[in-house]
Amino acid sequence: MFDNFVVPDFLPAAPEIFLATMAMAILMIDLLVKDSRRTVTFALSVLSLIGCAAIQLWTSTGEINYTFSNMFVDDLMSDLLKLFLYMTVIFVLFYSRGYIIDRPEMNKGEYYVLTLFATLGMMVMISANHFVSIYVGLELLSLSLYAMVAMNRDSVTSTEAAMKYFVLGALASGLLLYGMSMIYGATGSLEITAIAERLYGGGVNNTVLVFGLVFLVAGLAFKLGVVPFHMWIPDVYHGAPTSVTLLISSAPKLAAFAIVMRLLVNGLITMAADWQNMLIILSVLSMAIGNLAAIAQTNLKRMLAYSAISHMGFMLLGIVTGVVSGDARYALNAYSSAMFYVIAYVMMSLGTFGMILLMARAGFEADNIDDFKGLNKRSPWFAAIMMMLMFSMAGVPFFIGFFAKFSVLQAVVAAGYTWLALVAVLFSLIGAFYYLRLVKVMYFDKPEDETPILAGTDMRLLISVNGLAVAALGLFPQIIMSLCAYSLLRSL
Amino acid sequence: MSNYPLLSLAIWIPIVAGLAVLAVGSERNAPLARMLALFGAIAGFLVTIPLWTGFDVANGGMQFVEMKGWIPRFNINYHLGVDGISMLFVLLNAFITIIVVAAGWEVIKEKVAQYNAAFLIMSGLMNGIFTSLDGVLFYVFFEASLIPMYLIIGVWGGPNRVYAAFKFFLYTLFGSLLFLLALLYLFINSGGSFSILDWHKLPIELGPQIWIFLAFLIAFAVKVPMWPVHTWLPDAHVEAPTGGSIVLAAIALKLGAYGFLRFSLPIAPDASHELSGLVIALSLIAVVYIGFVALVQADMKKLVAYSSIAHMGFVTLGFFMFSALAIEGALVQMISHGFVSGAMFFCIGVMYDRLHSRQIADYGGVVNTMPKFAALFMLFSMANAGLPATSGFVGEFMVILAAVKFNFWIAFAAATSLILGAAYSLWMYKRVIFGDIANSHVAELTDINKREFAILGVLAICTLWMGLYPQPFTEVMHASVNELLNHVNISKIQ
Repeated sequence: MFDNFVVPDFLPAAPEIFLATMAMAILMIDLLVKDSRRTVTFALSVLSLIGCAAIQLWTSTGEINYTFSNMFVDDLMSDLLKLFLYMTVIFVLFYSRGYIIDRPEMNKGEYYVLTLFATLGMMVMISANHFVSIYVGLELLSLSLYAMVAMNRDSVTSTEAAMKYFVLGALASGLLLYGMSMIYGATGSLEITAIAERLYGGGVNNTVLVFGLVFLVAGLAFKLGVVPFHMWIPDVYHGAPTSVTLLISSAPKLAAFAIVMRLLVNGLITMAADWQNMLIILSVLSMAIGNLAAIAQTNLKRMLAYSAISHMGFMLLGIVTGVVSGDARYALNAYSSAMFYVIAYVMMSLGTFGMILLMARAGFEADNIDDFKGLNKRSPWFAAIMMMLMFSMAGVPFFIGFFAKFSVLQAVVAAGYTWLALVAVLFSLIGAFYYLRLVKVMYFDKPEDETPILAGTDMRLLISVNGLAVAALGLFPQIIMSLCAYSLLRSL
Repeated sequence: MSNYPLLSLAIWIPIVAGLAVLAVGSERNAPLARMLALFGAIAGFLVTIPLWTGFDVANGGMQFVEMKGWIPRFNINYHLGVDGISMLFVLLNAFITIIVVAAGWEVIKEKVAQYNAAFLIMSGLMNGIFTSLDGVLFYVFFEASLIPMYLIIGVWGGPNRVYAAFKFFLYTLFGSLLFLLALLYLFINSGGSFSILDWHKLPIELGPQIWIFLAFLIAFAVKVPMWPVHTWLPDAHVEAPTGGSIVLAAIALKLGAYGFLRFSLPIAPDASHELSGLVIALSLIAVVYIGFVALVQADMKKLVAYSSIAHMGFVTLGFFMFSALAIEGALVQMISHGFVSGAMFFCIGVMYDRLHSRQIADYGGVVNTMPKFAALFMLFSMANAGLPATSGFVGEFMVILAAVKFNFWIAFAAATSLILGAAYSLWMYKRVIFGDIANSHVAELTDINKREFAILGVLAICTLWMGLYPQPFTEVMHASVNELLNHVNISKIQ
C-alpha cells in the first residue's frame, strides 16, 4: 500500500510548517498565561513571524520548486509576497496590541492564535498550485477572520458584521468551488500548471470552461471585494473591531493578488481574452462605485472600505493589461505594476487603520471622520503622518501611492487601453476629494476633543516608521518596483 | 561655470530649511522659526545668483545640467537644467520667497513654523518645476506643489477658505492628471524615454499631436489660468493669506505659462499652429472680458486677481504668435507681473492688516494718514496699468508690437487692455487713496513701518529697473527663444 509513497520535499514549505507548529504551541502555552501576562503570547507570536521570515530567506533558492505532488509551489513571487505578509502581520500585531488591552473581551490568547492561523492560510494561498490547496488556504483564512470579527461578543454591530461576512464569504467560496469543478470537468485536472498545459494542447470543451471561468472570477471578485461583489466590505470594515479591520484590510490583499495570479495568469492564460473583459468591467465599476460612495461616508472605516474597493479596481487594471490579443510582450510590466500596487496599498492601508488605532482609547473608537478634527493642533507630527498617508492614497507625489498609480497607468497606456487610463484618472480625481476632506478636517478645523493621545511608544514609533516609509519609498520607489519585476520574471 | 550642483541646491535648500523650521518651531519659539525661515529663504536666493552671473547668453541649450538615474525601471532620471526661458523664474521664485517670509513676519501669529515651512517647501518644489528636464520629475514637482498651497489657503485663509482650497486643488489636479496621460503616451511612443529634450525631437502624427496638445492645454490653462477655467483663482486669492496671494500671483501662475513653452509648443508644434487660433481667442477674451470684470469688483483682492488673469492673457497671446519678439515680450511680462502683482497683493495686505477689510468702499482718503504707502502704491498701480518706465509697459508693448505684425485686429483688441488696465487700476487707487477721509477707521491708520517700507522699496526698485533698462533680462532670453522657435517652426509630421 505504501509502495508508491514518496516522502515529499518539506523544505519549500518550511515556513508554513514552522508557523503551524508555533501557532498550535502558542495555543497551548496561552492556557498557562494569565490575562495580565498576555505579553508572553504577543511576543511569541511576533517571534514566530520573525522566525518565518528568517526561514523564508534561508530556504529560498530563487528557483520554482513544486512539492507535495505539485500542490504547493515556492517561487520568488511567493517568497516576496510572504515576506511582505510577515511584515504586515507583525505591524498589525503591534498596532492592535494597545487597542485590545483596552478591551478585555478581546484580550485573549485566541486573538493571537487566530491571527497566526489566518497568516498561515494566506501563506498557503500564496503558494498554492492546486485548486484544493487554494481552497484550503482560503478557508483557513476566512474562518479565522469570521471568528475574529465576532470576537467582541457583546457588540451588536460586530456580530452582525460577522454574520454578513460569514454568509457572503460562504457564498463566495461556493461560487469559487463551483467554478473550479467546472474547470475540472473541462480539463480533467485540479492542478494549475497541468490545467495550463491541457489548455495549450487544445480540444477542451469551451462552453464548460467559460462557464466555470465566470464563477471563478465571481468568487475571486468576492474575495478581492470589487463591484458588484463588494457588499460585504463596508459592513465588515465598519462592524469589525478596528484591530481586526486593520488585518482584513491589509494582508489578505496580498494573498488575493497571489491567487488571482495563480488562477488566471498561471492557469488560464490562454483564456485571457475572456477574463480580461470581465475584469475590465469589474475594475471600472469598482473605481466608479468605490470612489463615489466613499464621498458620502461620515464613518472613517466605511470611507476607507469604499476606498479599498476603488483601489482593488485600480489594481485589477494592471492584471487586465498583461496580455493584449495574444501579445505577451507587456505581461511582466503589467503584472509587476499590479504587484507593486498591492504592496503599496497594503502599506498605506496599514498606516491609516493604524492611525485610527492610535487615536482610539478605552471606550472611544475614533472611527468617525470628525474624531480627527483639529489633529494638527493636538499632535502636528501624527497629523503630518496621516496627511502623507491620505495624499499617498489619493496618488499625489512624492508618495508611494503616486508611483503605484503611475506604474499601473503606464502599463495600461502601453497596452493601448488609453480610454481605460482616462477613466481611471477621472475616478482618481473624484477619489482625491474624500482624502482631501480628511486633511481638511485635521488641518482646517478646530479640535473638539483635546484629550492627549495615549498610545505607547512602540505604537508611536512604528506608525512613524510606516508613514515615513510611504514618503521615503515615494522618493525612491525603484527598490520595490524592481523587486516585484525581478521576482515575477523568475516565477512566470 | 561652477561645479556645484546649483540647481539641486536651489531646490533642496528651501525644502530642507522648511523641514528644519518645522522641527524647531513649536508655538513657543516662533521668533526662532521666523529667523530660520528667513535665513533659509536668503540662502536659497543666494545660490541662484550664480545662475544669472554665470549664464552663457550665447548658448540656447540647457545649462547647469545635472543628470542622475532616479527610477531606472522606467528610465526616469533626476535631470535638471535651465535655459534662458527658465533661469529668470528660478531667481524670481527664490527672491519672492524672501518677500513672502518677510511679509508674514508680524502678521502671522498662529502656527508660525508651519506657515513658513509651507512657503519654503513650496518654493523648493516650484524651483523643481522650472528646472526639471524629465517629464515625470516635472510632473512630480508640479503636483506636489499643490499640497503646500492647499494647506496655506485652508489653514491661514479667510472665511470661505475651505471651499477655495478644495476648488484650487481639484481644478489643478484635474488638469495635471490629463497631463500625466499625455506624458505616458509620449513615454510609450518615444520608445521608453521621459526626457523632455528627446520629446522635442520626437516625430508625431498630427492626430496624436492634437490630443497631446489638448491634454497639455487643459493642464496649463487651469494653472495659468485662462478663460473659462479661471474661476478658482479669484476664490483662492481672496481667501489666501497675503503671502499665499503673493506666491500664487507671482510664481504659481507662471508655471502654466512656462509649461506651454517647455511642453506644448516644442512637443506638438503642428498642433500648436493648427490650434493657435483657439488659444489666441481665449487669450483675447481673458484680456478684454476679464478686464471689464475687474472693473466692477468691489473687493480689492478680487480686482487684482482678475487683473492677473487679464495680464496672463497677454502672456498666452504672445506665445501663440510664434515670433521671437512676442515670446520675449510675454516672458518679460511674466517676470514683471511677478514683481507688480506681488507688490499689489502686499499693498492690499498692508491695508487689510490695519483695517481687516478688503472692500474698496471701506476706504477713502488713505493718503492723508499713510503718505509713504500711498506713494509706493501709486507706482505699483501705474505699473499694473502698464505705464511707460515701469516694467509693466515693456512686456505689453513688445507683445502688442508683435501683434501688429501678426494681425492688426488682434493687436487692436490686445491694446484695449492698456486702457482697461489703467481704468481699473487707477480707479481703484483713486477710490481708496484719494478724497476725504472716509471714516474714523481710516483716520486712525498708521503709515507703513520699516519692514513694510523695505519690502515695497525693493519691489519698486525691481519694477523701475525692469522698466527703464530691461536689457539684462531680455539678453539671456534671445538664444533660448530662437532655439525654441526652431523647434516650433519645423513640422514633426513625417
